[in-house]
Amino acid sequence: MTAFFQSLGMNYEWAWFIATVCGILLIALPLMLAVAMIIYVDRKVWAAINLRRGPNVVGPFGLLQSFADGLKVFLQETIIPSAANKGIFILAPIVTFTVALGAWAVIPFDAGVVLADINVGLLYILAISSLSVYGVVMAGWASNSKYPFFSAMRASAQMISYEVSIGFILICVVLYAGSFNLTEIVVSQKGHGLGIVNGYVFNILLFPMWVMFFISSLAETQRVPFDLTEAESELVAGYQTEYSSMSFALFWLGEYANILLMCSLNTILFFGGWLPPVDWAPLYYVPGIIWFLLKTFFFFFMFSWVMATVPRYRYDQLMRLGWKIFLPISLLFVVLISGWLMFTRYA
Amino acid sequence: MSVAHLVKSFTLWEFVKAHALTLKYFFKPKVTINYPFEKNPLSPRFRGEHALRRYPNGEERCIACKLCEAVCPAQAITIEAEPRDDGSRRTTRYDIDMTKCIFCGFCQEACPVDAIVEGPNFEYATETREELLYDKAKLLANGDKWERAIAANLEADAPYR
Repeated sequence: MTAFFQSLGMNYEWAWFIATVCGILLIALPLMLAVAMIIYVDRKVWAAINLRRGPNVVGPFGLLQSFADGLKVFLQETIIPSAANKGIFILAPIVTFTVALGAWAVIPFDAGVVLADINVGLLYILAISSLSVYGVVMAGWASNSKYPFFSAMRASAQMISYEVSIGFILICVVLYAGSFNLTEIVVSQKGHGLGIVNGYVFNILLFPMWVMFFISSLAETQRVPFDLTEAESELVAGYQTEYSSMSFALFWLGEYANILLMCSLNTILFFGGWLPPVDWAPLYYVPGIIWFLLKTFFFFFMFSWVMATVPRYRYDQLMRLGWKIFLPISLLFVVLISGWLMFTRYA
Repeated sequence: MSVAHLVKSFTLWEFVKAHALTLKYFFKPKVTINYPFEKNPLSPRFRGEHALRRYPNGEERCIACKLCEAVCPAQAITIEAEPRDDGSRRTTRYDIDMTKCIFCGFCQEACPVDAIVEGPNFEYATETREELLYDKAKLLANGDKWERAIAANLEADAPYR
């Protein structure tokens, strides 16, 4: 894109700047639209599993429901509790939202279609997803109210616990791919399973890692069954209890942008990103971005499916799963996989 | 922990089963009534919005015996009455506070002339509270509007009374 703006007679720096801004808008705006639609899909899937209809009044099939909700939220008054720490209280949703968008910079939507093709993309994503806990902690702390505070404590402990095992799972993928660059990770999955199917998930050593990654990503995005941070029966609405209007909407958008990010990470790391599921020439005529979106949508469906099926974990069960089961198993698999690669690939 | 339990928990067997079940439900036909467009059938005994009925010749049925006022457990009914010019006893005021009414149906049970009835209408939401303080004119208008449905319901329910 930089070359295109240069051809309009700009110097390189300006062309690069404008091309980057355009790239950011090209990712962020469709992402916002996707988040609005995905909230609708979420509600429809829960409704279908509960034998209900779900939103079906606003627009055809209720497709405009999220926009109606957004408008409603936008027209409400932003209430700032008098006891709240005003600056941090306002900053918290902004941080959550910004961080949720920031991680998308390194996600490759298709071969070469990525905003920042950096070599340590995976590390960047780990770093950003660790940052996202700050928004939650700031919100819980600045609300100066007990339930948001409990929720923030839970959220920080939970996200830190599961990031440990996510880290080890990612190391397994990186060992196989030989790169931290997300584009190269996708490319290295071509024909991985017996030379026929694309994706690390078809590897017997990496399949359990994918299952653990999927469960950890549920925990990382605080979805059911790990949504202890907003356990209604205990904590009113969690860290966003004191929020209203746009500040609440920003949390909501950020949360769903994070969920979409985790879905796309599942796609990229284990299901071959933009590659078609089977390494067969005619399937490559379908644009890669369509495969990518289809796979991401499939994972989002799984997220909603889990949410409609599984009851909430208790906090001690959550911690037990994170520290006493996921951590040892992922460590074991790091050893197993590096040993296996040592004997087969680098012997 | 037995071996079978260990295998079960590591293969997430319970979760797989649960998800298979919910996926089955995902494709089942939905049971929700699409409310404003579809409605559930109502029993002839359904106790909805009140109405004051008339005789076929247009004379109002209510004779101001005040049994309904007396029996009303929520004390939602207020009646004032005096003899009319032709000597018959009629109400000059018949108010029902719909915000007090508990829809017990005692008024229609008490009524000796089937004047006050609870009709089949339940969609009378209003924007202000005052609109729910029904007076005689409103109740008579309801009676005129719903007479056919009310008469049919009374007839359908008569064999069981």
